[in-house]
Amino acid sequence: MDFTLRVVMTGAALLGLISGALGTLAVLRRQGLIGDAVSHAALPGIVLAFLISGSKAPVVLQLGAAVSGTLALLWVQTILRTTRIRFDAALGMALAVFFGIGVVLLSLAQHTAGAAQAGLDRFLFGQAATLLRADLMVMAIVGVTTFFLVVALWKEVKLVLFDADYARALGLPVRRLEMLLIVLLVVAIVIGLQTVGVVLMSAVLIAPGAAARQWSKRYGQVFLLAGFFGLLSGATGAWLSSLAPRLPTGPIIVLLLSFLATLSLFVAPERGLLWQYRKRKKAARNAQQAVLTVLRELERRHPHEARPHPAASIQTLLGPEVPVNAILRQLERHGQVQHEPGRGWRLADRNPEATHESRS
Amino acid sequence: MKWAIEIEDLTVAYQQKPVLWDIDTAIPVGQMTAIVGPNGAGKSTLLKAVLGIVRPVAGRIRVLGKPFQPHERRVAYVPQRAELDWEFPATVLDVALMGTYGRLGWLRRPGRTERAIAQAALERVGLTELANRPIGQLSGGQQQRVLLARALAQEADIYLLDEPFQGVDAPTEAALLDVLRWLKAQDKTVVIVHHDLSTVAEYFDWVVLLNVQCIACGPISEAFTPENLRRTYGGRTVVAVEEPKAL
Repeated sequence: MDFTLRVVMTGAALLGLISGALGTLAVLRRQGLIGDAVSHAALPGIVLAFLISGSKAPVVLQLGAAVSGTLALLWVQTILRTTRIRFDAALGMALAVFFGIGVVLLSLAQHTAGAAQAGLDRFLFGQAATLLRADLMVMAIVGVTTFFLVVALWKEVKLVLFDADYARALGLPVRRLEMLLIVLLVVAIVIGLQTVGVVLMSAVLIAPGAAARQWSKRYGQVFLLAGFFGLLSGATGAWLSSLAPRLPTGPIIVLLLSFLATLSLFVAPERGLLWQYRKRKKAARNAQQAVLTVLRELERRHPHEARPHPAASIQTLLGPEVPVNAILRQLERHGQVQHEPGRGWRLADRNPEATHESRS
Repeated sequence: MKWAIEIEDLTVAYQQKPVLWDIDTAIPVGQMTAIVGPNGAGKSTLLKAVLGIVRPVAGRIRVLGKPFQPHERRVAYVPQRAELDWEFPATVLDVALMGTYGRLGWLRRPGRTERAIAQAALERVGLTELANRPIGQLSGGQQQRVLLARALAQEADIYLLDEPFQGVDAPTEAALLDVLRWLKAQDKTVVIVHHDLSTVAEYFDWVVLLNVQCIACGPISEAFTPENLRRTYGGRTVVAVEEPKAL
């Protein structure tokens, strides 16, 4: 494996790890949209930073991204404070306005600065091949710092995510902690933009957390797993995109993550759709058996007159949660019970003789 | 009479609309107090103002004779069940342990002592068996018990509960009530936002009738009268306003 590819893969893996773990903070607060708004809103900052400074150095452009992303968030907060517009609508507005300005600026830069901006459009969809060793250092420093912050504030952050009011009542500085969470999110976005691009960055924040949530009931495990999913997809995506020239890295990483998330949605134990489907099937079978047992018992109590029994008697015995009527109709379709309108239900007597004999 | 909570001239507004207006009331130590009133009367907001979760426009609140200091942890809060995200990845024990976070302070993790406290709280509410169950798998009644266990783990002097009996079955209501009466027997103060007027006289010693303003407060025998109830619920229509979001 050559040196460049090693740098690129390490960078993408680090970025996946950091965004996956930090994005989980937003996923668990059900605020994944924040990441989407901030990353789109970073675009005008990147272009302006270039137009003003004339520099293409990642640090300069990342600073611009951080500034305009933060401005977008402050704008959202102002909208929320002064109007009755809801949180998601305000985020959508900020996203559209900032991203729109960004695209306009980008095409302006194209005309005025000519080829010099060639590097800028990589911020739309990301190009991991442009990662340098210096970028890795920045990522590593950011990664280690956030790691220690999150570990040091572990229980406080957890409480703020789960129940901010209770945290306030315990005297925690909830506002400052929430601001810290936002700052961490912005940091994760900014260091990912070069590799993944503003359009798809939010997927790298949200998908690992959403996938990890399926596999574990523990807060800490969800974090670690999200980081791992991010790391895996980042490294693999960067490698795959190196196989063909000019293949954008962002979409490939995001496709891998989407695959992981979809897979988790289906096959994870307990929370996965397949698991739940099987559980529902089993519950339905058990309920059917229960209804049949009750009917059998009712017929046993009246052995000499084969009369039907009202659904309500079965319902009373099984409790209100069991959808007795629906189950009876199902059983009727399967030919196991018969309905006599106005009188009730009885077991289907396919072989009345045999039933009679077994009773006596 | 010794007061647990004293409220003077309290006004809370949300976007210029008063949610609570000029409240003067006091809640006695060691008693069970109900806060009763129609929807939008500001009952939850009153609890949140006492806890410092919402910031009042005006007024003074004293807890056990002093201005409220959250970090003293003498007031425990049981929020409405529906306000929380029960899909959050945590177990029953995790949530009970959150009650000990206040005594732990920064940088310290829950240890053996905290675990013992949380376990004892879970036992008190009858959830010992479910300690390792994810909270996403709990029934409504069990969710309410966990939240009460968390408050117990805080080992506070005053317990503020927001509609703890909302949507729980009769056995759970009885079990919760047992715990609350046990708290009262320990000379703790229990304040509950309550909806069911038919049980007020049976469960409580003291009542605050609230409808944006404080309509009446006092011992059940004096304050919980048909005339006061009519003034709280009917009589004059009060425009329902949204409850303020937390600051």
